[in-house]
Parts: sequence; structure tokens; C-alpha cells
Amino acid sequence: MQKYSGFGLLKHALSHHENWQRVWRNPVPKKKYDVVIVGGGGHGLATAYYLAKVHNITNIAVLEKGYLGGGNTARNTTIVRSNYLWDESAKLYEHAMKLWEGLSQDLNYNVMFSQRGVLNLGHTLQDMRDISRRVNANRLNGIDGEVLDPQQIKEIVPMMDCSDRPRYPIMGASWQPRGGVARHDAVAWGFARAADALGVDLIQQCEVVDFIIEDGAATGVRTKTHGSISADRIGCVTAGNSSVMAKMAGFKLPLESHPLQALVSEPIKPILDTVVMSNHVHGYISQSDKGDLVIGAGIDGYNGYGQRGSYHTIEHTVQAIVELFPVFSRVRMNRQWGGIVDTCPDACPIISATPVENLFFNCGWGTGGFKATPGSGHVFAETLAAGEASEMAKPFSMFRFHDGALIDEHGAAGVAH
Amino acid sequence: MFYIFCPHCEEHREEEEFHAAGQAHIPRPLDPEACSDKEWGEYLFFRDNPRGIHHELWVHAVGCRKFFNITRDTQTYEIKEVYKVGEKPKFTAVSETGADLKSSLKAQESAT
Amino acid sequence: MNQPNRLSQGGRLARNKVINFQYNGKSYPGFVGDTLASAMLANGIDIVGRSFKYSRPRGIVAAGAEEPNAIMQLGATEATQVPNVRATQQELYNGLVAKSTNGWPNVEFDMMSTIGKVGAKVMPPGFYYKTFMYPKSLWSTYEKFIRKAAGLGRSPLENDPDRYDHYNQHADIVIVGAGPAGLSAALVAARSGARVIIADEQAEFGGALLHSKQKIDGVDVALWLENTVAELASFPEVLMLPKSTVNGYHDHNFLTIHQRVSDHLADRAEKNSSRQRMHRVRAKWVVLATGSHERPLVYANNDVPGNMLASAVSTYINRYAVIPGNKLVLMTTNDNAYSAAFDWQQAGREVVAIIDTRAAGAGRDCVEKAAALGITIINGSAVVEVQGSKRVSSVSVSAINAPGDQLVGDISNLSCDTLASSGGWSPAIHLSCHTGSRPVWSDQVIGFIPGETLQKQLTAGAINGRFELQDALAQGTKAGLAAVLNVGLSIETVTPATAEEVEENSPMALYHIPHPKKTSRAPKQFVDLQNDVTAAGIEMATLEGFESIEHVKRYTAMGFGTDQGKMGNINGMAIAAKSMNKTIPETGTTIFRPNYTPVTFGAIAGRHCGELFDPKRYTAMHQWHLERGALFEDVGNWKRPWYFPREGESMQQSLERECLAVRDSAGVLDASTLGKIDIQGADAREFLGRVYTNAWAKLAVGKCRYGLMCGEDGMVFDDGVTACLADNHFVMTTTTGGAARVLEWLEIYQQTEWPELEVYFNSVTDHWSTITVTGPNSRKIIETVVDDIDVSNDAFKYMDWKQATVKGVPARIFRISFTGELSFEVNVQANYGLQIWQAIMAAGEAYNLTPYGTETMHILRAEKGFIIAGQDTDGSVHPYDLGMGWAVSPKKPFSFIGKRGMNRADCVKEGRKQLVGIKTKDPKQVIPEGAQAVNDPKQPIPMTMLGHVTSSYYSACLGHSIAMAFIRNGHKRMGETVFYPLADGRVIEAVICSPIFFDPKGEQQNV
Repeated sequence: MQKYSGFGLLKHALSHHENWQRVWRNPVPKKKYDVVIVGGGGHGLATAYYLAKVHNITNIAVLEKGYLGGGNTARNTTIVRSNYLWDESAKLYEHAMKLWEGLSQDLNYNVMFSQRGVLNLGHTLQDMRDISRRVNANRLNGIDGEVLDPQQIKEIVPMMDCSDRPRYPIMGASWQPRGGVARHDAVAWGFARAADALGVDLIQQCEVVDFIIEDGAATGVRTKTHGSISADRIGCVTAGNSSVMAKMAGFKLPLESHPLQALVSEPIKPILDTVVMSNHVHGYISQSDKGDLVIGAGIDGYNGYGQRGSYHTIEHTVQAIVELFPVFSRVRMNRQWGGIVDTCPDACPIISATPVENLFFNCGWGTGGFKATPGSGHVFAETLAAGEASEMAKPFSMFRFHDGALIDEHGAAGVAH
Repeated sequence: MFYIFCPHCEEHREEEEFHAAGQAHIPRPLDPEACSDKEWGEYLFFRDNPRGIHHELWVHAVGCRKFFNITRDTQTYEIKEVYKVGEKPKFTAVSETGADLKSSLKAQESAT
Repeated sequence: MNQPNRLSQGGRLARNKVINFQYNGKSYPGFVGDTLASAMLANGIDIVGRSFKYSRPRGIVAAGAEEPNAIMQLGATEATQVPNVRATQQELYNGLVAKSTNGWPNVEFDMMSTIGKVGAKVMPPGFYYKTFMYPKSLWSTYEKFIRKAAGLGRSPLENDPDRYDHYNQHADIVIVGAGPAGLSAALVAARSGARVIIADEQAEFGGALLHSKQKIDGVDVALWLENTVAELASFPEVLMLPKSTVNGYHDHNFLTIHQRVSDHLADRAEKNSSRQRMHRVRAKWVVLATGSHERPLVYANNDVPGNMLASAVSTYINRYAVIPGNKLVLMTTNDNAYSAAFDWQQAGREVVAIIDTRAAGAGRDCVEKAAALGITIINGSAVVEVQGSKRVSSVSVSAINAPGDQLVGDISNLSCDTLASSGGWSPAIHLSCHTGSRPVWSDQVIGFIPGETLQKQLTAGAINGRFELQDALAQGTKAGLAAVLNVGLSIETVTPATAEEVEENSPMALYHIPHPKKTSRAPKQFVDLQNDVTAAGIEMATLEGFESIEHVKRYTAMGFGTDQGKMGNINGMAIAAKSMNKTIPETGTTIFRPNYTPVTFGAIAGRHCGELFDPKRYTAMHQWHLERGALFEDVGNWKRPWYFPREGESMQQSLERECLAVRDSAGVLDASTLGKIDIQGADAREFLGRVYTNAWAKLAVGKCRYGLMCGEDGMVFDDGVTACLADNHFVMTTTTGGAARVLEWLEIYQQTEWPELEVYFNSVTDHWSTITVTGPNSRKIIETVVDDIDVSNDAFKYMDWKQATVKGVPARIFRISFTGELSFEVNVQANYGLQIWQAIMAAGEAYNLTPYGTETMHILRAEKGFIIAGQDTDGSVHPYDLGMGWAVSPKKPFSFIGKRGMNRADCVKEGRKQLVGIKTKDPKQVIPEGAQAVNDPKQPIPMTMLGHVTSSYYSACLGHSIAMAFIRNGHKRMGETVFYPLADGRVIEAVICSPIFFDPKGEQQNV
């Protein structure tokens, strides 16, 4: 792999940037792999990378029906944090956070991980109780966090209305300084490039239309464009389409796929230096390095694969933002878009074996998958390598919905991720 | 934003008046105590979640407060029909590929 | 007054209305009818901004929504700042203050441009992904510089003084665009009697007709336009919306129209007027007549001020009487653009040459007209490079081969200050894509046209790639007629207006002009001006393997600007396709999403902010509480009194006073906000037994009972007291915040699972005011206000309710208690609430009857160990976890909701977190709510947590702190010690106990 650096950039400038290597190959798929990963989003690519890097399994294909990182990886609002309530999820997201902290160097690709801090606002007494509970749990789990009062919040976000004017005045917030944002596309590309360099075959425009299952065990996949591909193990990492994939394998998942919308303003000069989220007024906001205010909110209530939602959801979101930041009222919204989020009843993911042997699913990340990307890949790689749920994956079995061992993160997950 | 015909009010109203309440036609087991944990869990949580034709329950929340069903394409968002609780849908999913057919057959097998 | 580029006549200007505006601190004149851009050009302003990456000077390129460069900061005051206004779309008003957005110290002399020139080489697409990684610690410093360089305008720093409205509209036919096609459609629709909305983003209707010199039905377009607009205005069912952009087209024919009500008048709207308005429109049928955007050609240094779109040149000359230069060279791939040169020459300035990229050149009409005007045409050639830094000074011209991918022959120079280019027209298909319809490439159109859609949508004119006026008129009429028939109306005869046919040669599909040097080595050839995306950048992206057009877009940032690629995207796709040896349709297009052009956040929010962000619900006694100085707590939508501080009291002092008053004598609580659901029907009782965990079969008329409600998963989600009013009539109370959810819960089970049960539900929360009088002296107070019943303990037992008359008002009185004291909950019709409250207050004077709020209520109930659903539960605990197995009747014949769920393996296992009482070792210490318990305070992090404190207070009447908390296996750990390590370093030692701290036998409430 051609190593990227400032010096390299200079060198290429002298040759008019005519000699850059491809970031990844365009290989013809082999007939058989040790592991086939269905889905070339951030989680799938990270899985492939860690399988190759940590577990020395390099005979891998990632099959992507569209283009790499083109699903929810390309559509989220790029927030990264790990301040989850329950031990199981806190461990998982903090694992991801630690990987984030060295990711650019590990991948030799600047994913622009910017630890500018995340505020989760509280607007009612119960919000503040929940915040206190979560921050206390985070602290004892080794995750950074503080409870702030409105005065402290105002110092961090001077443009936010911390007065008692709003309908639901801000009473306080949790503050995770290590949280922040990252450049979403770069995460997919960085993992893809690094995985490719380790020998992973990234196959784009290759839709999986069926699993090949013999005696209750998966032995390969059928693709629309490249025929059948055999595999010893298959990891399905298809986010919003997971139920569709599960149906091919003959089982159901405890998932609903909902539209999740986001929007950006026109680019403006730096004015917001942290991530601000509010479950109560339903909105969250940060400012990208390009200057756009990046804004999101809750899911639409119906199932939808259309990558778009309803206008009134956008309206409510903008109302929440203008309520929190009346100074942004005259700024203009540039663009909106939507993703398909696979939501689990307990707002926690599924990293799990399935009723089909050798077929594993990593899904159900709902509105909060981006922040987990490296952790999700790392844990799923361990699971695929071992052929059974890794220690960290165990609580996230799909079978927890049978015995009732749910990990209810609605409070911490809320509408806003 | 959907434009939904409420079969009880018998007029089109804006989506803002309604809530989606998930997949339709999931009856509560008549004898819950006879269900295994697995069966109860599937009743509670496991859903078809199809890309395409979906029968779903909606409520006219700030209208007549009545629940009713919608058959809707989750890909195009086209509403194919609305019908009252207790009625049967006219539109059902057509198997588009062999894979769909196969897996639905398999699903039946594993259910028995 | 001197406007060097203003023509002495022509244009659609009010020449008698001279107005002044400021640009970068200097005052300039203009006319009513100008846009900011036309006025700037009239005044000879060349440089309107600096590009954000390379700091290159930029000038006005376009005349409409596609303008990428002239992005202004507007606003005379801090509060009225508007960032990123396109000068081409901003109407001029007197006193307008505009600033350019980039450039330091100013746009004319930008220091950054030096860095831009040097740095450009090392800033190819995605350079930031490849560097700034080492050392890791420096990234946050790099990032600060990157952030500073990005962004265009700035946000105001003061709150917006203006307001914004929403109109909800229903229309038979919505027509988007009031050019020739849209107007033709509107005429037909209007004449049929349909309810029509026609919206156009421009200040006046007409679209391309506003700068056209053609004739329609034999008359000048201006006259036809005037007549048409007048006729439309005469129909009462036609709503005409100029200055109104249809910015989004959503599912089921829902459109949003963003109307600028007063942006053309002043910085801020007049009092009682709104600045902008959002029309939320549900349309039966939609006609998209959105026209098209001209594409420039891509050549070296195509960003130097003086490079313009051909159509923009015509627009400025004909519509605004502004000629944006002295010497013009026109480069075109099509006949249509010739009119720019004709207009220029006729305005009295020099046309150096028309460079036609087609070997065969233009059709007869154009050629003849050029000859008549004495304009030189050079066929089969192209401008390969522009010279000049702050303004075009000359252009290099070379012959090209037939496909346009190679230069042939020598290069010659032409001196000029303006280069207009036209690469053809891209249909404005944006709206047709908003609901997921994929556009389709047409080789004939040389552009994407709308694809199949499920929307009730018709299209007409240039959006279909039919760029001729005659076609637009005909297609508009046809679409109008189709829409009329589709909505079930009719119209007798329809004849489209006609324009003269023009004889044209076919346009050439050309996007990127070759250069003698390789693209990577040639001077910059810009594709997306706002984002400084070049042809070389796109080629480099594909070289690196970014092959999907989405990857190209994301890697280079092409189309991510405020113009969203209206000008550059097709050129970029063409360059990407060519460098991969593919066709444009093979490479594909990115998808347009709302908004078509940017929309003010305030307009989207409308009035739904501040007071109106969410409804406030007040009880009938709210005013009384206000007057007593109550502080309020938001619970759901309700404003509930939190506590009633007296002067000089701290919050803790108020709470202690309120608590002691209740325990010593009497207190009064406004409990009106609790949800109340009236339940009637022959099967009401059976129904209650199914949704509550306990038994209801034997509850007698006149009795009340507490119940827990669980989900099918067995987890508690609400609770409350339900009273039996008659054998088939109950009133249920719910938590304040849970009322709506509970009602929907009851409805869904009745309607979908058990329709055979005859039972009806109705919310009566607002119908009743509830006044809770509690404390040892509460009976004495109630006695004095009750007119007709005996309230002694013998006659009116604990957990009974009675119909009574209170001070002449019918009332339901419930003898239930949430404090553990003798209590009476007086319910009266809400209109009497305040009157009876005051009567009770008067009666209580002798007993120090003290109003208290939710906080005291919380303390008093916690002393009794009563839970608050939502505070002491979180959706993950079942009744047994709460120690409330007494409220579950597993023997009920019907398997009530929650029963099966709470018996799943995980719910019955050992080691669940259970609700207990907690007493601190130090009785004065109050554990913060949310604190987490551990067994071993010395355990290193991560520590093993046992559960959190849900409720915690100082109990004045007990003289020590009390808490309710979850502890793993807590019910079996009574008397054991746990520790609460706090954020401030303190560790609180505490003992597990029963959560019932006060009067464990319940004697006080039953006297």
C-alpha cells in the first residue's frame, strides 16, 4: 500500500498527481473464500479489515450491491460518542471509541476524527435524573463524562439559548469531551483501502440474492452478477436490508427498517464547536469542517426502504434547532436526505449467530451505527474468526429477544444519535 | 408526508394526524401461558419488515382514534389500500424471485 | 449617477425609482427591478468573491439559481444578517447592505490567494485524507485552520427579529414554473375552473420570456406575458405566487413552496408582517414546468471574472439593461446561445467572434442574423484557455476535431473582456427526483430528463428537453389539459399559443474542451466553481479508483455547494465518464434531494418556536399558583407547580415547610394533571382485569383500587387508581405524562384484540380539576366545604369514593392517599376548579392548609415507598422487581397483559435489580439521584455496579435522608451496606432497607 503523508503529497504534486495508486483493486471474485461479508458499508469493511489484520484471515470477499460505503455510512450525521448506560453497550461503544482514537494512524487514512465533545441536553427534572444516572454509570465504567449546569453549557456553546425563554429551558447536560465527529466517507474508504492492501477482495456492484444452505448450514451465496460464491463463514452486515437478507436465509429478525432523515445548512463560518443533542426537543446539531450545520432527529414512525421520510419530521427537527439556537433562524437549509435504519426493540444491536450454521448477522444498530463502526467491525471479526460470539458480542445475541435479556438503551440512544 | 384515507372518517387526512403502529395481523396468542419463551419472543419482537408490500396498523390518533390497516409499499411508499381491522387485504406480496419463494417455503417449514 | 455598464434604455426596470445599496462598504445606485447581481454588474463590479480553496477571484457567472460565485452576506444590522444570499436571486431594495464572503483583507487584494497559488498544487481532491495524520496530537490544530478556511457567510449572532408563517393549501393543480410552458398550462387549468397554484422563483412571472425578444401569437412576448398574467389573475381560484420557490416535492403529491414575502423590500419585515411564508400544499396533480439550466463549457481558467453563461449575458442585457463588459467572445455548442452575441452587438458593444464548436456551425437563421449584424463566426473551434487574472483579457482559440476531444491546428488569440459559453441546457429535473424517481439520460437532449414516477405528475417544456418556445407553449397547454381531465374537470376547446419556428442545427455534446497540455498539467479547468473542483481533480479521483459517480462526488466535493451542482454536475459526470471510457448513463447520476434552493430555517419552523414550540397545558388553578409565586415543572405538556417558595426561603426550606405542614396539619395539591380516562360498557370490568396486573372482578361500586399496567413484556409502564362509578362505569387515572399513551394502549387492545368486549374509553383529563387535601386535619377542612355527605371514617372509608356537593358544586371525592396521610381528592368540573380551590383554601386557613407542589409530593410518597412510574421504573423492571408482587394476581383466569412476559427466563432469574430503600450512614447526607451503588468502593475502574438511586430526598419529618434505589438482588440484602462513589470523589456509605420509611402499617391514612 502506498503510504500517505504530507511529504508524499508534495512528491505527487511535482508529478502533477498523475501517479497516484488506486485506493483499492477491482478484483474478479474467486469461487471460494474463507469468509464472505455481505455488505460493503463501514461495518462490513471494518469487519474485513480486522479479520485480516487481527485474525490473519485474508481470503475474504466483501460483496457490495452498490458502491462501498454508500448506505447509512454515507448518510449519517457522523457523531461519535460512547456514553451509553448499560455495562454491555457501554463496553462495546467504548471499545469503538478507543479504536477511533488511533484509527487515522492505524489505517494511514485521515478519517478526521475530531474529539470536540458531545453535549446531551436535559430539559426536565427526569431528563436530569437520567443524565445523572448515565454519567455516573459511565464514570464507573471508565468512560469520560460530566454533568453540566446551564452556565457551564453556555461557556461551551455560547450561541445556544440557555435562558429560560425556550418552551423547555435547558436544565443541564451530560458532557463527553472525547466524543465528537468523524468524516463518514473517509471511514469507509480508509477501511476499504487498508483491507484491500491486506488482500481482501472488495467486489462492488455485486448483489447477493440468496444464501446457499445445506443441512442447516450456509455454504455460500448466490449473486446477481457473479454467480455463486462459496464461503466457510458468512457475515451479513446489511443494516436496513438485514430483514430482507434474513428472509433469504429463512428466518426473521426483531427489526423494523425505518427512514431516518438528516439535513444540512449552507456552509457558514465556524460558530458551533461541539456536538449538541437533545432527546427532549428532538434534534441534534454539529458543524462540519466544511461549515455546514449538520442536523438530525428522530426516525419516521413507519417502515420504509425509500431512503426518504416525511416532511413534518424535518419540520419538527428544524423547529427544535431554531428553538435551541434562535440565531440560526436566518441561516438556510441546503439539503436533506434519508437512510434506512434497522431498529431493534431495545435500541441495541444484534451481533449474533443465527438459526443457520456458519451464517452470522451484525445489524440492528438503529440510528447509532456510525459511532460504533470500528468497534462493531472488531467484535464481529472476532466472532467470525472464532465461529461463535465473542465475549463482547455475547449479550447482543438475537436470541435475547426470546429469553428477555434485553439491554434497553432507549434512554441513552433516544431519538438522537 | 403521506396522505391517508381514514376508512372510519372516510376522508383523506394528513399523516400528521396518524401514528404507524407496526406490522398488522399479529394476533395475541390465545393462550399465552402455552407459549414457549421463543414463541412469546417472536410474537413480541420478530417482524417481517419487508422491502415491498407491507400490511401495517395505523391509528387516526388525533382524529377518530380508530385503528385500521394499510397495505403500503415500503419501497415506493405507495398506499395500495386501507381496510378496517378484521377485514382482509386485497393486495398481497407477490414473490418476485425464486429466492423469495424458497425462503418463504423454508419459513413455513421451520414454523411447523 | 454613473452606472458604467447600464444601457440607456430597455430592461424591465423602474427607471424613475433609483435606489442605493452598499457593497463592501461602498455605496452604489441601482433601480427597482434590479437584482443585486444586475446592479453590481451595472456598476462595473467584477470581483464578487474569492474561491474557498484557492482564493481565486470570481465574478458573476449566471443570472439565476445556478449562480455559484456571487454569494453574499446580507444585512444592515447584526440581527438581520443573512448568509450566502445569491446576488442573482436577491431583488435590490433601498438600503441593502451586502458584503462578499471570502477574501482577506478584501476580495480585490486577497492575501490568501498567494497561498492559494502556491498551495493549490498540494491540495488535490481529498488531500486532507492523506495528510495531517502525524503527529496524532496535532490534528485538532490542523482542523482549526481547515475550519476557518471553509464556510461562506456567517450566522447572525443575535436572535431573528422576524417571523415566518405557514399556509396549508389544497389545490387541484399545482404548476411549478411560470415560464411559457407553466403559463400555458395554467391558462388551461384556470379556464376549467380548477383550483390552481402557480409558483415561480423569480420576482415576476415569465421565466425565459422575461429576456426573450421573440413573438407569441404574433405579438411581442412582453405583451403576451402581460395579457396572460392578467387573465390568470382574474380567476378567483387561481393563486399566483411569484418570489416563491417550490423547494420540495414529497410523497403523495405534497409540495412545499417557500415564498419570500418581504425580502425584496427591506432587511426586516414590517411589523405585523412575516418575512417569509411556507406553503404546505397537497396537490391532486402537479405540472412541472421548471425549465432548464444552461451548462457552461469547461476550459482552462474558466473561472476568471468575465467568464459567463451565454444566457446570463442575454438576461442582463434584455431584462436589466446591463451589459457586463465591452468585448465579447461567445463559445457555443448550439444555436440557442447565438442570441447572446446578437443582444450584445445590438446593445452597441463589440462582439469579437462567435466560436462554434460544431464543424457545421449553426442553422440558417443564426448564420444569416450574424452576417446581418457583421459578427464573425468561427466554426469547428473552441476556446481552450482564458488569459487574465481579475478580468478576462484575451482567449486562446483552436480548431477541434469532430468529437471535440482533440485540438487540431494552431492556437490564436482573441482580445476580449468577456467570454460567454454555452454547452447546452440541462433540464431542471430536481423536483421530479425528490421522491426517488431516477432520471433518464437522453442523447437527443444531451441531458437527463425525468424518469418514471408514482406521483401524479406531468411535465412540460424544457424539463423534458424541449427547449424551443413553440414546444414549451404546446407542451404546457397539453399538460394543463391532461391535468384538468385527471382531476375530473373539463374544458371545451384548447388551442396552444404559437411562436415562430426556428431553423436550427443540432447541438453538439461537448463538455470539456481539450487543452494542449494534459488535464493534470493544464491551467485549472473548473467544473464546480463554488467548491473549486477541477477537471483534473475528477480525473485524479477516477485514477485513484473512485469510480462510482457518488464516490467521485464525495471525494471531490463536486455538487456539494449551495448551488448543488446546478451548473457543474453534468460536466463533471461527463469528465468522469470519459476518463473511465464509459458513457454518462453508464456512469450514472447523483440524485437530487430537497431543497431545490436553500430555505431559511425560520421559514421551515414557522411559528412553532418559543411559546408555540409545544402546547402548554395549564390547570384551572394556574393563575392562583402564579400569584402565590409557585415555580413550575414541565411534566409532559403540563406546567405543574414544583414548589411554593416564600420570600427568603431556599428550595430546601420551602420543601421542609410544605412537608411538615402536611404531616402536622394539612396540605393541598393541584392534582388535576393526572390522566383520567372514563371507561364504560358491559365488559369494562373484564377489560380492566386484562390490562391491569391485579384483580378487578370484585371491585364494588363506590370503591377505588390501585393498579399496575405492564406491557406484553411484563415491564411496568404506568400505574394509577381506578374507581368503580357504576357496575359498568369506571374512571381510571394515569400518570400525568402517560395519559395519551395509556389511552391509545387501551384502544388498540379493544379495537384489534378484543373487539368482542363492549367497552368505550374517553379522555376526561381536562374535564376535571382535582384538589388533593391531605394531612391529619384534612377531614376537618373537607367537612366545612362539603354540603351533603358524612365524611367521617365510618361513613366514608379509605379507598372509597363518593358523589357529593362541595360549596354547591357537584363533586367526586376519592379517599385515596399518595402521602400516607388521611386524604381527600376532590374532583369538580374544571370550570369550578379555581372557585372550589379557593373555597378549600379559605376553609383550611385555620389549619395552616399549605399548598405544595410536585417536589413535596415526591418526598411524601417516597417516605411511603410509593413508586412514580417513569422515575422509579424505566421499562426494564416488572412488578416483582419493584417489590410489588402484591399488585399482581397470577390466578386471574385471563392471562392479563404482562403475565407471560414477566415469566420469561431472564425475568425470573436470580440476580435481577430490585427496588429497595436506602438509608445513608450519615443521616444528613442525601445521595444524588442517579448515583450508582457498588459493593467495594476500592475496586478499580471499571467497577461492578449494583443499581442506581431512583429517588432521593431529605425527609424533614423523619429527620434523615431517604432514597429508593435498585440493587442487584436487593430484596435479599436487607441491612447490608453498599457504597455510592460520587463524581466529586466522595463515597457515601448506605444501608439497604425497606422502601417504606414512614408509617409502615399504613395507619395514618386510615383514620
